[in-house]
Amino acid sequence: MDERVAVSVEHAVVRFNMASERIDNLKEYFVKLMKRELMFKEFLALKDISFQVQKGEAWGIIGTNGSGKSTLLKLICGILKPYKGKVTINGSIAPLIELGAGFDGDLTARENIFLNGAVLGYDKHFMQAHFDEIVEFAELWDFLDMPIKNYSSGMAARLGFAIATVVRPDILICDEVLAVGDYAFQQKCEQRMNEMRDRGTTLLYVSHSIDSVRYVCDHALWLDHGIVKMAGDVIEVGDAYMEASR
Amino acid sequence: MFREQMGNFKHYMPLLEQLVIKDIKLKYRRSFLGYLWSVLNPLMIMGIMMLIFSNMFRFDIDNYPVYLIIGQTIFNFVSESTNQAMWSITGNAALMKKTYVPKYIFTLSRITSGFINMLFALGAMLIVFLICRVRFTLNMLFIPAILLQVYVFALGLGLFLAQGTVFFRDIQYIYSAFQTAWMYATPIFYPIDQLPFKLMWLIKHFNPLYAYITQFRTIVLEGTFPDGRLILYGTCMSVAMLGIGSWAFMKTQDKFILYI
Repeated sequence: MDERVAVSVEHAVVRFNMASERIDNLKEYFVKLMKRELMFKEFLALKDISFQVQKGEAWGIIGTNGSGKSTLLKLICGILKPYKGKVTINGSIAPLIELGAGFDGDLTARENIFLNGAVLGYDKHFMQAHFDEIVEFAELWDFLDMPIKNYSSGMAARLGFAIATVVRPDILICDEVLAVGDYAFQQKCEQRMNEMRDRGTTLLYVSHSIDSVRYVCDHALWLDHGIVKMAGDVIEVGDAYMEASR
Repeated sequence: MFREQMGNFKHYMPLLEQLVIKDIKLKYRRSFLGYLWSVLNPLMIMGIMMLIFSNMFRFDIDNYPVYLIIGQTIFNFVSESTNQAMWSITGNAALMKKTYVPKYIFTLSRITSGFINMLFALGAMLIVFLICRVRFTLNMLFIPAILLQVYVFALGLGLFLAQGTVFFRDIQYIYSAFQTAWMYATPIFYPIDQLPFKLMWLIKHFNPLYAYITQFRTIVLEGTFPDGRLILYGTCMSVAMLGIGSWAFMKTQDKFILYI
């Protein structure tokens, strides 16, 4: 693969079983098997998606609810495997599908910083070295030894963003995570994403706010019901998207 | 392929460490005596079992407390850690839906924290050994090798249960009934030669826990090195279990995300 390409998605198809009822016990399984009702209604969340992201580019992914944006990000992170097609990644990934996904409510913020860092693949020496920077960015000095379950969702999100962006990944993946923070924090996050992009981090960013996408990204991908409707410059795609949704 | 797997494993070593620390920390958080319970609890249970089995049912076994605590410690480790491992995938669903981590890490961490808990329980064992005046011999240096066999066996079983539970939640009930049978089919509190010959034959050939516990007891109670065949059998059983468990896990892990 070309060294300059960070993410390459070729003819990817993602299939879900839209089972009308979930079968998770043996009796039902055998009954259905006997009655030959074990048919799965399949649903293609992504149909034949292809696109390439060059290193250092920032892509916004836009589209209506249920168009497959999050599925695409999960596919790129490796959480989902493609049913058909191929996904190739060049470099380390920090996924921000949901801030603080690795938090354990019973642990304190201090302990969670190390746990969450480890989820992203960083050892405790690295986290120790960046500990102050994380807490500084999240502005949570006063609440470090409080269990995370007592945090508000905004506070937890701040901590999550601070941890995920301190690790300086090659590729940063953001899924509407900023929606929970207050305005000042959203500004701060966008600013940090811009800084990271300027330093050469490749960015994939999902947001419903087209202004936010325009501010952070230089390219955009418009998804509609699992297919690529349009891909290219952020201004053009953004305008077309706004036109269509009007 | 293998080298890639190992590289990946190294990358996630810190996560394994953090998960194990988390399990151990949370286990005794907000309890007054904390880690001391890992030693006290086995002692208390052993005390009760001793009262029962030296008053209600009697077995003619020398140094019965030592006999009892060895069987009990090994069985409890396997039983507790596999029960924890069974929920390791479904319990971490939130994390697995949001970020990529190798899924076996969760099962491995549960078995490992159970193992560390057992190491604390060895403290209880040591106290019993001292009180009962067990003779300490060089053969005891082999004990870590026995514990390793048990660990590998529990890991294999844990992986198998964890992947099965994702698809069929029934496994928890089947396994709990199975465990009751397993407890009675393991010579924890009775001597194996008291059983009818056929049953004894079955246990010796199909219950790996028998092999592990007997190796341990031979070293501690008789002060001699365990039978080579028993070591070979125990090792083969644990490697085979790990093979079955990881094969089943690898085969189904890509589908977990659709069921959790």
